[in-house]
Amino acid sequence: MPTLSEAASKEVLAAYGVPFPDERVVTTADEAVAAADAIGYPVVAKLGGDAIAHKTERGLVRLGLGSAHQVRDAATALLAAATPGDGDVHVLVAPMLRATRELIAGLADNPQFGMTVMLGVGGILAEAVADVSFRLVPIDRTDAEEMIDDLALQALLGPFRGEPAVDRAAVADVLVALSDAAGERDDISSADLNPLLVVDGMPVAVDALVEVR
Amino acid sequence: MAGTERFQALFEPRGVLVAGASTHPGKFGFVSLHNILAGGYEGKVFGTNRDGAEVLGVQTVADVADLPDGEIDLVFVCTPAPANPDLLRACAKKGITAAFVASAGYGEAGDEGVAAQRDLVALADELGILLAGPNGQGVVSPPASLCAQIVAPNPPRGHIAIASQSGNFVSSFENYAQLTGVGVSRAVSAGNAAAVGVPDYLEYYADDPETRVSLVYVEGVGDGRAFYERVRSLAERKPIVLVKGGATAGGQRAAASHTGALASDDTVFDGMARQAGMSRAPHVEAAFEAAATFASQPLPRGNRVAVVTTVGGWGVAAADAIAPTSLELAALPDDLRTAIDAELPPRWSRSNPIDMAGGETRDTVPTVLELVASHPDVDAVIFLGMGIQSNQAQLMREGPFFPDHGLARIVEFHERQDARYAEAAGEVSERTGKPVLVATELAVTSPGNPGPAAVRAGGRLCYPSANRAVAALDHLWRRSRWLSRRGLA
Repeated sequence: MPTLSEAASKEVLAAYGVPFPDERVVTTADEAVAAADAIGYPVVAKLGGDAIAHKTERGLVRLGLGSAHQVRDAATALLAAATPGDGDVHVLVAPMLRATRELIAGLADNPQFGMTVMLGVGGILAEAVADVSFRLVPIDRTDAEEMIDDLALQALLGPFRGEPAVDRAAVADVLVALSDAAGERDDISSADLNPLLVVDGMPVAVDALVEVR
Repeated sequence: MAGTERFQALFEPRGVLVAGASTHPGKFGFVSLHNILAGGYEGKVFGTNRDGAEVLGVQTVADVADLPDGEIDLVFVCTPAPANPDLLRACAKKGITAAFVASAGYGEAGDEGVAAQRDLVALADELGILLAGPNGQGVVSPPASLCAQIVAPNPPRGHIAIASQSGNFVSSFENYAQLTGVGVSRAVSAGNAAAVGVPDYLEYYADDPETRVSLVYVEGVGDGRAFYERVRSLAERKPIVLVKGGATAGGQRAAASHTGALASDDTVFDGMARQAGMSRAPHVEAAFEAAATFASQPLPRGNRVAVVTTVGGWGVAAADAIAPTSLELAALPDDLRTAIDAELPPRWSRSNPIDMAGGETRDTVPTVLELVASHPDVDAVIFLGMGIQSNQAQLMREGPFFPDHGLARIVEFHERQDARYAEAAGEVSERTGKPVLVATELAVTSPGNPGPAAVRAGGRLCYPSANRAVAALDHLWRRSRWLSRRGLA
């Protein structure tokens, strides 16, 4: 099934209230620098396009760009790394967010139960830890709050290493937003918010990947 | 007939016909007739047999046409699959509206069996017969004194309704009912569930005034979305305790998305069960104990548990068991501490767990249970340590010195006291409307002990350990919370 670009995925989900960082889609190195100036340093630059699903594996993500010079170099290199198979590409410039806690959330179409919404503990160990909770779409706020309660690693959701407790209502909002998106857009076959960072207690999805039928 | 009324013929039949009644005591057609008769079924019992033989005192007929009209509601089918279409047609003419088909040779038996099953479903539908099974072990309905099954036991009457995709699990649950005395309202083995499946039985149980809780074993639910939609509305009305076999089967499919990769079959099923308000238990014993608790205890209105114990260690173990659950150990309120101070010597724990530290005299246990359970800051009570004295009394009763040396008197005192503690726990629960759970391993190791025996006589479960009482109470609180969060309680 085709995937939407990161930017297009975010646009779809933002319409339902999924929180994303303030970020810009640009097509030249000059525009990338202007975007970084507007957002504030440091920034992240990623090559995007409908045909690009696994950016990290291809080295198409540049983190911690602290100056206009670094942004220009990174954007130039990313645009040059595009292959003809990638089709139309762009550079996504986003603030470099720092968080010690990562969640993962998403939508998946289950062969037996239909569309489901998921919340889990994120990060590189997510699949090994497998601390996740699923519900069937649609969910209401009560279901969403109970999904948060389901997670085994509750200590991760309280005050953590100097950061405030996770805003559970805001996480519930994300889950309800995903459910709403799936309920209204039956062309969505899956969605990943990975990671859903916890920044000062608030969830922010720094990456999104939507698959459409 | 619409809705759940059509199940009346299955669970409350006016008369029962055993089709294929056999003179051979090893055959289903003998065992089922035996169990119906031995179970004391009060309606009329008929049989068919190829030779019209007399079986267990029942004069069978060779032809259904020779049976009276309008006196039989249920046919229990033990005849070979190829004979069953004609049998059902003949039964319909006699006014029979329900069939439990024990015969094998259907959906479980290859392509031919699948076709035979499809035809049987269509025929039953056309004849207006409710078709249970095929390939099932039977149906039990204690309010009708009906034990129409090819296996034991005949469980005591109670309020747990069982539906299972495995016949042997019906037996397992019934065995637990017999062991614990917490009885059954209805039980059915869904067999191949060709026409009537677990959700259909659950729908009947939700309407059934004899039933307080449904207890189900499933391995697969077919169209999961349809299953969810149906059980969700039923779970709003009555608790459904579910245990699922094959929980670890299947596993992850290759998925493009991370969310899909994390969606193991069991994880999604578990989320569905929680969303639907079902109480999912990890295994058969826990499922029975949860159901027995729903059947015999009120729902707690909060999660604050007081542990009352005559023995320190068990109180500590109960507190440990509570820690990882949705329950919490109640902070002992000052006024309650003061009230208990008046009843016990100063060495009692003065905190929760409330360890009486052997300081109890004749009336202390009932008094403390009453004080604790009636306090507004306590939502549920777990009582431990009952039966210990009676256990010693048994040793004395069976020893070489009984009844001399004052043993007769002390033995009788302890046995009376333990029975009284059990009765007090039940009475306090009824008066306060709060769950009061009694736990001791003597429930299993010495079921004749007057303590556990009195809990059983009161219609409640005597839990084999504090942790099992905690696990059951956790289910009750989770349901109470599920209902109240949704404005349903």
